[in-house]
Amino acid sequence: MALLSDAFVYLSAAVIAVPIANRLGLGSVLGYLIAGVVIGPVLGIVGSETAEVQHFAEFGVVMMLFLVGLELQPSVLWRMRRQLIGLGGLQVVGTTAVFTAISMAFGLSWQSSMALGMILALSSTAIVLQTLNEKGWFKTSGGQGSFAVLLTQDIAVIPMLAVLPFLVIGPAGIAGSRPDGELADHGGSALATLPAWAQALVILAVIAAIVVAGRHLLRPVFRFIAEAKLREIFTATALLLIIGIALLMDLVGLSPALGTFLAGVVLSDSDYRHELESDIEPFKGLLLGLFFLTVGAGIDFDLFFGDPFFILALAIGLIAVKFCVLYVLGSVFGLKGADRWLLALGLAQAGEFAFVLFGFAGGAGVLEPSLLQTMTLVVAISMLLTPALFILYEKVIAPRVVSKSDREPDLIDTKGRVVVAGMGRYGQIVSRLLMTDGFEVIILDHDPQTIENLGRIGIRTYYGDATRPDLLHSAGLSHADVFISAIDDREKQTSIVEHVAKTYPDVKILARARDRHHVYELEMAGAHIALREVFEGALALGKHALIELGVHTFRAENKARRFKKHDLEMLADLRDNYNDGGVDASYIDAMRAHSATMFEIMKAERDERHERTERGWTPPPKGDANL
Amino acid sequence: MAKVLVLYAHPRPDRSEVNAPMFEAAQSLDGVTAVDLYADYPDLGIDVDTEQARLVAHDVIVFQHPLYWYSAPAIVKEWQDLVLEHGFAYGHDGDHLAGKWILNATTTGAKPEAYSKGGVNHADLRSLLIPFEKTADLCGMTYVAPFVLHGAGRAREENRVQMHVEAYRTLLTALVSDRVDLAKASRAIALEGDLTPFLLQSEIA
Repeated sequence: MALLSDAFVYLSAAVIAVPIANRLGLGSVLGYLIAGVVIGPVLGIVGSETAEVQHFAEFGVVMMLFLVGLELQPSVLWRMRRQLIGLGGLQVVGTTAVFTAISMAFGLSWQSSMALGMILALSSTAIVLQTLNEKGWFKTSGGQGSFAVLLTQDIAVIPMLAVLPFLVIGPAGIAGSRPDGELADHGGSALATLPAWAQALVILAVIAAIVVAGRHLLRPVFRFIAEAKLREIFTATALLLIIGIALLMDLVGLSPALGTFLAGVVLSDSDYRHELESDIEPFKGLLLGLFFLTVGAGIDFDLFFGDPFFILALAIGLIAVKFCVLYVLGSVFGLKGADRWLLALGLAQAGEFAFVLFGFAGGAGVLEPSLLQTMTLVVAISMLLTPALFILYEKVIAPRVVSKSDREPDLIDTKGRVVVAGMGRYGQIVSRLLMTDGFEVIILDHDPQTIENLGRIGIRTYYGDATRPDLLHSAGLSHADVFISAIDDREKQTSIVEHVAKTYPDVKILARARDRHHVYELEMAGAHIALREVFEGALALGKHALIELGVHTFRAENKARRFKKHDLEMLADLRDNYNDGGVDASYIDAMRAHSATMFEIMKAERDERHERTERGWTPPPKGDANL
Repeated sequence: MAKVLVLYAHPRPDRSEVNAPMFEAAQSLDGVTAVDLYADYPDLGIDVDTEQARLVAHDVIVFQHPLYWYSAPAIVKEWQDLVLEHGFAYGHDGDHLAGKWILNATTTGAKPEAYSKGGVNHADLRSLLIPFEKTADLCGMTYVAPFVLHGAGRAREENRVQMHVEAYRTLLTALVSDRVDLAKASRAIALEGDLTPFLLQSEIA
């Protein structure tokens, strides 16, 4: 039962600490770290086993890189190239150089200094992205710059993993790269006995296999699984894919993180991208949370209280150096005022990857154990200080700077973004109309056959059940301007609208309604516009019937238009009545009265008895004295 | 204090270089009700009751539009055909608009010389807009000379837009505060360039 009791301790710590930290505006990462500190050094509930748990939890990082890969569509990368290579690249290289120089000044070897420099150049993707999204700063120029830098850093982790083993101090040689994470315990590369050229060849073949299989083999596999309509099997397939690639990479002696990242990039173009994202996300979240917990639990308080001022000075120095590099680069890349401050303050901490890379560097013998302990502590403290930096930005800097300088127009695409749920007969028309006007439309549907067919005519649809909140989230609803709910199930439709209205209050919701009552239901649930799905179509057919019966086309047009106007008035008039008590006796009475009035009015118009209702293009009365 | 109604008709406001900023200025003024007809009635299904109520509630009506074929874009004609009903605007009991003032605020493509006896159009703009003037007469309204910017297609390149928008703002503000010499303006050929001659001097100082 040791496993269960361990799980109980970790989960309770997380469940108690994370919501409290979130409520206090500190963010979940900090919550996990604090929870770890409490169950580890403070209360001593967990101890020696944390190292093992941490190895297991590092698999969360492998998953995180898979998800980073999924986000990196080649086209998105291309659009951000200037910021990625320029701003991001210079941040990584510049900060690495500065920290390397400082470390050498402290008397470290150049290898250790460079390893330290690279590791400290990274910032915390988890903390920063979380905060940018929570505060709504993601779309500002500063937020976009921060995202570009974080993305570059995430990619830079991969070459860093490759370079670190070559920085070993002393004689201990390296046989290929050493895989990270818990897979490390399963032993070295199976290729160790092959000559070097053969090893290289096998590695290249494996990478090529991942790319080719990802492009051509996985799609039919996912489709086959999706058609089974068993959600947990799809999740199992996604996990199997990641673990399989990790094992394969391990076998040939490459980093599992690199392999899953690659698989992610290959799949970023696939219809199943959003579904994969939301399936893996909770595992990644829990494992990373566990990882932060173990980092917190592993913080050496004796070390801290041995020389608290020295440790604090290191942490503040770390933040100051990163801030300066970012501030200079921000101005070089045209960020002004508050945006430059947001970039520089937000990314000034060291990141969660530092813990992973420290573990890796320690295992490879690149950094001294005592130095590692000190620096792990410094990194953790720099992360603990991050919320304070964001508060400084929000309360002190932003209000002053923004009012002085004109805000730069935000970088992100000015065209509105649309998410469409349901790509049946209804959603197709809506989406195609929007696409012809050049809007970016993200479409979700749960029928692999529909997705396949639409793909053939060049319309991109993502697989997934739009009634699931997590899938709507990974489809990017938080950045959308308009959400269109166009699925054919009445109850599901209402519950989606309700969820979206609650969770994304800034998004305009347009919904397809089954009938008049459904219009009221959807409006109550939070839809801004709800239209009856068959109303306009039936009206058009009715108009054609009038024409076939000999009514002049233009008169039929106007008749239909007036009918529509009266009907919409009835819809509006009955709304309160319906919302009060549903379809009760008074509702029926009101509706009957309305129908009768409408019939009377339109009949009067037809007979041209009623002087004031026959409007439009009517001649003046015969014999009018004034003419 | 007069209430001013601007009825704006431009079927492609996204491509407008002069009328769009003019309308934006009109929207920002107190005492001016600015209506974008194409936005309110994208299918030309004009709501007669709404439009008649608007007319009754205002003292000065301004049709703001680019000049299309010596007239306004189609929605203005449709608006006239539907809203100016017998018994409301003219005919027996049709006196609801009597005593109001009406003008066109328009932009043309050709140079000012084109709108003269000797020019390619053989007539001035006011004469070409005669259907608007006769309509006003029949409804008992006084027609005021058109407020115009000629050569609007090159106005942006020649930096004339800002000046015209400011002149429009001045005109509308003066209409609201009764500072326009309407008698004089109704006798003029056009309101063009410097508006000072049409503003009541005593009030300016």
